[in-house]
Amino acid sequence: MAQTANVIEMIGITKEFGTFRANDDVHLDVKKGEIHALLGENGAGKSTLMNILSGLLEPTSGTIKVNGQEVQISSPDVANKLGIGMVHQHFMLVDKFTVAENIMLGKEKHRFGFIDAKEAEKDVQELSDRYGLKVDPKAEIASITVGMQQRAEILKTLYRGADILIFDEPTGVLTPQEIDELMGIMKALVKEGKSIILITHKLDEIKAVADRCTVIRRGKSIDTVEVATTSQQELADMMVGRSVSFKVDKKPANPQEPVLVIKDLVVKEARGFDAVKKISLEVKAGEVLGIAGVDGNGQSELIQAITGLTKVDSGTITLDGKDITNLKPRHITETGLGHIPEDRQKYGLILPMRLEENISLQTYYQKPYSKNGFLQHDKVKEQAKRLIKEFDVRTQSEESPAAALSGGNQQKAIIAREIDRNPSLLIAAQPTRGLDVGAIEYIHKRLVEQRDNGKGVILMSYELDEVMNVSDRIAVMYDGNIIAIVNANETNEKELGLLMAGVSPEKAHEEVKKETGKESESFVESK
Amino acid sequence: MLKVSRSKLDNLLVPIFSIILGFVFGAILMLFFGYNPITAYEAMIMGVFGSPYFLGEALRQATILTFTGLGFAIAFKAGFFNIGVSGQLLAGWVSAIWVALAFPDLPRLVLVPLSIGAGVLFGAIWAGIAGFLRAYFGTSEVIVTIMLNFTALHTTNYIIRNILAVGNTTERISENASLRVGWLTDLTAGSRLNMGFFIAIVVVILYWIFMTHMTAGFEIRAVGLNPFASTYAGMSAKKNIILSMVISGALAGLGGAIHGMGTFGNLFTQNALPNIGFNGIAVALLGLGNPIGIFFSSILFGVLDVGAGFMPNRAGVPDEMASIVIAAIIFFVGANYLIRLVLNKVSTNKAVQNEGGE
Amino acid sequence: MNLESLLQLIVSSSLTYAAPLIFTALGGTFSERSGVVNIGLEGIMVMGAFMSAVFNLTFFETFGQMTPWLGLLAGGLIGVLFSLIHAVATINLRADHIISGTVINLAAPALAVFLTRAIYGAAQTGPLGRSFGRSNIFLLHRIPVIGPIFFGNTSGPAYLGILVAILCWIVLYKTRFGLRLRSVGEHPHAAETLGINVYLMKYSGVMISGLLGGIGGAIQAQAIHNEFGILTVAGQGFIAMAAMIFGKWNPLGAMGAAIFFGFAHSLARVGNYIPIIQDIPSVWLKVLPYLLTIVILVGVVGRSEAPKDLGNTYVKSK
Repeated sequence: MAQTANVIEMIGITKEFGTFRANDDVHLDVKKGEIHALLGENGAGKSTLMNILSGLLEPTSGTIKVNGQEVQISSPDVANKLGIGMVHQHFMLVDKFTVAENIMLGKEKHRFGFIDAKEAEKDVQELSDRYGLKVDPKAEIASITVGMQQRAEILKTLYRGADILIFDEPTGVLTPQEIDELMGIMKALVKEGKSIILITHKLDEIKAVADRCTVIRRGKSIDTVEVATTSQQELADMMVGRSVSFKVDKKPANPQEPVLVIKDLVVKEARGFDAVKKISLEVKAGEVLGIAGVDGNGQSELIQAITGLTKVDSGTITLDGKDITNLKPRHITETGLGHIPEDRQKYGLILPMRLEENISLQTYYQKPYSKNGFLQHDKVKEQAKRLIKEFDVRTQSEESPAAALSGGNQQKAIIAREIDRNPSLLIAAQPTRGLDVGAIEYIHKRLVEQRDNGKGVILMSYELDEVMNVSDRIAVMYDGNIIAIVNANETNEKELGLLMAGVSPEKAHEEVKKETGKESESFVESK
Repeated sequence: MLKVSRSKLDNLLVPIFSIILGFVFGAILMLFFGYNPITAYEAMIMGVFGSPYFLGEALRQATILTFTGLGFAIAFKAGFFNIGVSGQLLAGWVSAIWVALAFPDLPRLVLVPLSIGAGVLFGAIWAGIAGFLRAYFGTSEVIVTIMLNFTALHTTNYIIRNILAVGNTTERISENASLRVGWLTDLTAGSRLNMGFFIAIVVVILYWIFMTHMTAGFEIRAVGLNPFASTYAGMSAKKNIILSMVISGALAGLGGAIHGMGTFGNLFTQNALPNIGFNGIAVALLGLGNPIGIFFSSILFGVLDVGAGFMPNRAGVPDEMASIVIAAIIFFVGANYLIRLVLNKVSTNKAVQNEGGE
Repeated sequence: MNLESLLQLIVSSSLTYAAPLIFTALGGTFSERSGVVNIGLEGIMVMGAFMSAVFNLTFFETFGQMTPWLGLLAGGLIGVLFSLIHAVATINLRADHIISGTVINLAAPALAVFLTRAIYGAAQTGPLGRSFGRSNIFLLHRIPVIGPIFFGNTSGPAYLGILVAILCWIVLYKTRFGLRLRSVGEHPHAAETLGINVYLMKYSGVMISGLLGGIGGAIQAQAIHNEFGILTVAGQGFIAMAAMIFGKWNPLGAMGAAIFFGFAHSLARVGNYIPIIQDIPSVWLKVLPYLLTIVILVGVVGRSEAPKDLGNTYVKSK
């Protein structure tokens, strides 16, 4: 593809929110029939740029050309008419509607205002056959798999005649197989003459499907490169802005007695089926146990059960030799548990409250922070000031509302609160999601420090890199089971990927051996 | 630090602008119907402040509004909309009067606390039902308290007609159960202002101490702002839902008891739920949930309520005008986004805070 | 009293009390399906009742027997106007839906009585010129046995309400407008990305609730009280909300629940004629609809039935 025309040109795009520049003089051009990756860290400004292109946001300044014509994309409707369609990261689907209803919404098949459901279902079926996107037009969104929901989302754009498809972080919620399938779909779409913009921060995806890649860092476009001639390390450097070592410096672990013992644990989820299926697990003092797996395989439920936020159906959990099964969260916390929750803004903090109040959230009722039911404000303040200093939480004052802090500093405040209580087990769930590299390094360091102090640590993360670099042992969860526990320094991404996809440990082991041609001493135990 | 004081200033400006806009709206409406708003407002204000009797009456009205306002506010802080303040007030009123009528000869030092206690207890139970159902079944407290309002209304009327009295009005309670005191009555030229006013001041202070200095108050605020994080931190959302509703109802019940034992000295059948309960919602919203703010809002609405009585005779304006002004004030409090927007526009020379994109 | 006339009495009395509830509950369904909580239905009914009374007294000599029917339109119209306050507050000014609804409920009775005094010099309008009375439903009342019980000497507005409920169901579930309205109550941002005007849909939902709530109030004044005063509506708007929830936000369900509440309400009035029930103290019959609502809410209707984005402020991305 030598001299193909640009379908999209974004020239000098700037978008300001108040005084904050989310996009600063960004340039992007997309050729017809290519998969163009847009690479950048969380918060780099990728989504803002694409929301501008899809008509959800208006740029403060800059020009957009579609097929060489300068255009004003003032609403999603205009974007649709220009042939631009977006597959959103959080699916824009109405749960209670059928696939066909979702697809036709806004562009309904109708007679005198009455909806022609049959006709719409037929159209959707035809479209799905044509592009090989298997969906059931009559199925209700709430009752189908995430993969099928995404296909419905793609069909929505095709139904509107989109020629330029934007995929916003499309793989986060998918299983490895579904990811492969999606990659296939994207390639097929390009063959049909569509152009694709793929927003991602995952380098391997870019290597797998993209033709060119534009890198965005802190709101600025850094460069556009040919993917085939650029290495992953080079892409990563451009994205982060300095050479990054993916390795975490740590001494070998020195595991002691188990602090947490889980036996035959069963946890039901809200709709009544088993989310955690008879899991047994030990975490030793002085080790980091990683929990890997694709989102939605029971990790969250397992952690909620340990922390007392969800009821245990059967089985036992023992912390420091004490049975904590189905105790109240506070009881469990007092027994010796620290918990950095998965969603820090929903569970970790009370955003409108002061930072000092947030820091005392686990201790406010204990001496010396309260006496006879009365809060001792001076003691609470003292504690906050000490921890803010110790954990380098950047804030105007301890009286600022937690909402005023940046994501990294909010997380530091939570970690300060949890570690300061000196828990024998610290659970960190997705502790670095959405944070910048500096904050990530800091948090990893603190987790390892906890381990070196002879405490147990559980690290649950959907990022394989993180799990592999920080953990000593890794438990892989699939479909509510722990299908294998491997030593972190004896495994590799390939093997973990297969395990996460539900391949049996023996087979995963075989596969890896076949490919690399050498014996890896990976799995130590399996269920 | 600058930002903090700025938002505190905004918090004070919102109710002030709401009050001004509410009165302006009332004035426009009166002009539209050919009334003279200045005469009307003058009649209202002079009527109250020109005579110790009516000033006493306004403070007496403010007393009850303080209780219903505080009652609504504490549930609101915990994240619940207790629209049943009126019914809880009625529950408190009927039980206080019932006790007072049942033991007319007990000494005052025993009978007054006993009757008030009954009012507090039944107000608390009435709201506690809604809190319990919300905590254990997730039932909307808005609908439940509305339904309990009507239940309280019909039940109270039934109790009056069939148990407490022969007709539609009970006998007066004995001197030993009354909250009236001679010197207050004399000071205000025979108004019904009573000891309840001082109880209200004490309760305002206790409320403030509870919410800002006690762990239980801290928990209620935390649960109201973010129930998920509060549960994660080991607080019991269920306990706090019920506790906040129980305190809410207790305060409304206390207001009802004082209404009965101080204002009226008896109980009579009602055609509709007492308005003073719903105006408590208005008071709490205007006071932005702050006890001191609620106290002053109560005095404002007390003046409006009592002053309204002067409008028909002195200005020819129907006295419903006062309620319309109250509703308009709350409209602007609710739509404070508008006021904040204008305030922000005015101060554009200052660095604008970023609003965030998505 | 024989069985047939007793049944006839119960049916017609139930339907009479149900009629205002049917319309108002249908109105609430539209508002909440678009994602806007409307506890201001009570206030909207008050305004509808007031307006229809004024219309009735002003024009009964001109329109004769048609007056109450036209009064429905007058009530509906003022309902739409009044609901606009709620729409502006919740949709544009980002007010809490329940606070805004409370404002409507505080303002409406005060304003209506204020205007009544301004026009009639008293807090009540006095008896209306023409009220609905009882009517036979076209031909149906001639069906043997069933006809006289269900369709004879009964409430015309109630049968209109049943028709309107069916119409509402078709609009919500079979038309383009209905699909878009529901999408906005479930997932407004999804609707926005598909080019649907979310504000317009929410405005439509709230204004339809104003229209139907106003009609509900007009029926309350012209079919039940035959005048307007502060006590004309007295809580029926709240009962209508309960009917809407009991009916799981579905027009036909809301209609069924409204008829059920009408029946419960009528028991307090006609209970004296019915054996067994006449021995129950009247207070129980009076509080029955309210307690029943609570029991139903606790036992039958789950939160999941409500529109997903109900009560949230929608802020357009820009």
